[in-house]
Amino acid sequence: MADLIVLATLLAFGYFFGRFYEKRHYNSIIKREAKLRHITAVASRIPPLSQTQDAPILVTGSVVISVDYFKRFLASLRTLVGGRVVSYESLLDRARREAILRMKQRADESGANKVFNIKLETASISKNARGNIGSVEVLAYGTAFKPVSQQES
Amino acid sequence: MIVSNMEIIPGKHIAEHLGLVQGSTVRTKHVGRDILASLKNIFGGELHGYTELLHESREEAVNRMKQQAEAIGANAVLNVRFSTSSVTQGAAELFAYGTAVRME
Repeated sequence: MADLIVLATLLAFGYFFGRFYEKRHYNSIIKREAKLRHITAVASRIPPLSQTQDAPILVTGSVVISVDYFKRFLASLRTLVGGRVVSYESLLDRARREAILRMKQRADESGANKVFNIKLETASISKNARGNIGSVEVLAYGTAFKPVSQQES
Repeated sequence: MIVSNMEIIPGKHIAEHLGLVQGSTVRTKHVGRDILASLKNIFGGELHGYTELLHESREEAVNRMKQQAEAIGANAVLNVRFSTSSVTQGAAELFAYGTAVRME
């Protein structure tokens, strides 16, 4: 009986806090995406030749993010019937967008306005006792080009 | 020293290829951070301690790679890639590698 109460409490905590954090995170992502829209970020491997005078710098952005207890519980139920695990989809979506935003932020700070050859790397860094993916790390990196005029001033 | 994950840099000419250079580091956070992280596993959200840990170690890996490149007389590292693997619970290996070149 005590176990059930603990489980129910954990689920309730996970549900309410998890929802709150996710909503807050999405709001902040949307706001910052709008703010950093002037930075062009593309996955193209070859930069346009107009960049010849610019100085390249490696920019990275990374985030480690975890799902809440409720969503992990849902996902473990989902493995019984199969299908889309929606609770993890939103986790990965948030993590990727956050990593790209941080990378753009760093490019912005160093005065660049274009980022090329973006690569995304995903790793699950910690696992809980049952071996489920508890948290993921997403790293975004690319080459930013800093215009020469700004570099000299 | 230019560090980039592009294969070519516009306007620059590669004079000499010097081979692969790499840098890696294995790091872990103290137990307090791990306890906080396991709490975060209940509530969800970002694990700031781990983000910071991985960011610092990645910079360390890049610095080691740069040192190696400098030692063999390169002035740029191109086509840089990152890789992460978890060695044990709470410890992570960060690995950076790239091609050392001399550019003109």
